Amino acid sequence: MTSSAKQFARDWFSGLGRGSLLCRDLFYSLFKVKPVWRDVLYQMYFIGVKSQSVVCITGAFTGMVLCAQTYLEFHKVKMDTATLAVVSVGMVSQLGPVLTSLMVAGRVGAAIAAELGTMRVTEQIDALRTLATHPIDYLVVPRFLAMLLVMPLLSAASVCVGIFAAFLVGVCYLGINPTYLWFNMIHYTDMDDVMTGMIKTFVFGAIIAVVACDKGLNCPQGAEGVGRATTEAVVYSSISILITNFFLTLVLNRLLV
Amino acid sequence: MILEVRDVKKSFGSLAVLRGVTFSVEKGEALTIIGVSGGGKSVLLKHLVGLLTPDTGEVLVGGVNIAGLDERQLLPIRRQFGMLFQGAALFDSLNVEDNIAFVLNRERRFAREEIARRVEEVLDVVGLKGIQKKWPGELSGGMRKRVGLARAIIYRPEILLYDEPTTGLDPIAADAIDHLIIRVVQILKVTSIAVTHDMRSARRIGQRILLLHQGRIYADQTPEDLFKSSDPVIYRFVNGIAGPQEQFEL
Repeated sequence: MTSSAKQFARDWFSGLGRGSLLCRDLFYSLFKVKPVWRDVLYQMYFIGVKSQSVVCITGAFTGMVLCAQTYLEFHKVKMDTATLAVVSVGMVSQLGPVLTSLMVAGRVGAAIAAELGTMRVTEQIDALRTLATHPIDYLVVPRFLAMLLVMPLLSAASVCVGIFAAFLVGVCYLGINPTYLWFNMIHYTDMDDVMTGMIKTFVFGAIIAVVACDKGLNCPQGAEGVGRATTEAVVYSSISILITNFFLTLVLNRLLV
Repeated sequence: MILEVRDVKKSFGSLAVLRGVTFSVEKGEALTIIGVSGGGKSVLLKHLVGLLTPDTGEVLVGGVNIAGLDERQLLPIRRQFGMLFQGAALFDSLNVEDNIAFVLNRERRFAREEIARRVEEVLDVVGLKGIQKKWPGELSGGMRKRVGLARAIIYRPEILLYDEPTTGLDPIAADAIDHLIIRVVQILKVTSIAVTHDMRSARRIGQRILLLHQGRIYADQTPEDLFKSSDPVIYRFVNGIAGPQEQFEL
């Protein structure tokens, strides 16, 4: 094994160990230490309210393009009115949660890693510890709880806007009958699809919070270190979301035996 | 004895920073640790409050060895300490009032009015009245250090640690910080441990001075004895004379 491969393996395993320890401390804190709800509310505002426009724009254009592309294929077999059903199922169970999470990972994950990383290099985290405050209680728990609470809402907003935008494209631009379009969408979208999407957003929210906090809290020294932590937070959480989505889809649809 | 360090060794990779440090501090004592830059003074200070764990050796706070404790077990012990960091380490996201009242706000033991009164009181002690609503970014280096000190003393700790309290300040601001440290020790009757390479400051704020040299305590004397010493290592450090190995080649 070459030295760079050994180094990669060492970094990978030490990162995994660090992440596990962070999760252990996080769960201890969640069950044993009372959270400060004012901090959680602030984080909900920062993560949720400030991300609304980004996820709604993403949802709208994804719904519109999915509608147009599906129509092109379905029109060939005279199934135009099933277009919105495909858009709805796709958005609710797959594209809504995944794209919302990727956008939040880019916007919020980067911000969390940069904020905590800067706190680390300027000794603010050491100051926190000397003030008898556990960094997990003060910095990680509010972000983690806020992420769990707002991610389903953001995903729901993205999905609703996406389906509505697709409906408008279908009716106003592609000339599909609105009644059948809406009826088929309601008929083919199951509660299972909605639950699958919601469960995914919880898991993706947890991934973003843990990865971003881990990268920030263990950021290397200096401005370069903060930059690297920020990049790694976005890249690692995005990749983790995509990989987890595949396995979650199999498990939640009872395809994985 | 409030604090005792026994044969503490610490290495970072192949670099041995502390090679067996031993000393003790009595309650109410004002101790200064001096030594060259990069010589391990701040590392030693961080061991005292459990921010770093020694490779071997013991750090006893009130008789309890903190070297083997985890982060949560350390929290009540750290409540006995107040620490002023080199760059003050104020929280950027909080204003001066919330920075100073951080511990009191977290503990939720006092009413808002009582906390505001205490903040005003400690700001008066450090000579910065009426800046509660300012943000750390709006303060000068000297003001930041004074706010950092106010944050460290508001919950009445037993031991105050200062990491390079006068570094980066002009001589007048440094003098003001020295006087403030002396005043705080007199008013609050706390044990104080300062790390510095500023000899003027070390002489003024310390009743006892330790010289950290090559990872060990080389001298443990009163300021008067240290400044009169003819030992070549002490003499060179106190008078700022570089040896042959410290000379830069041009």
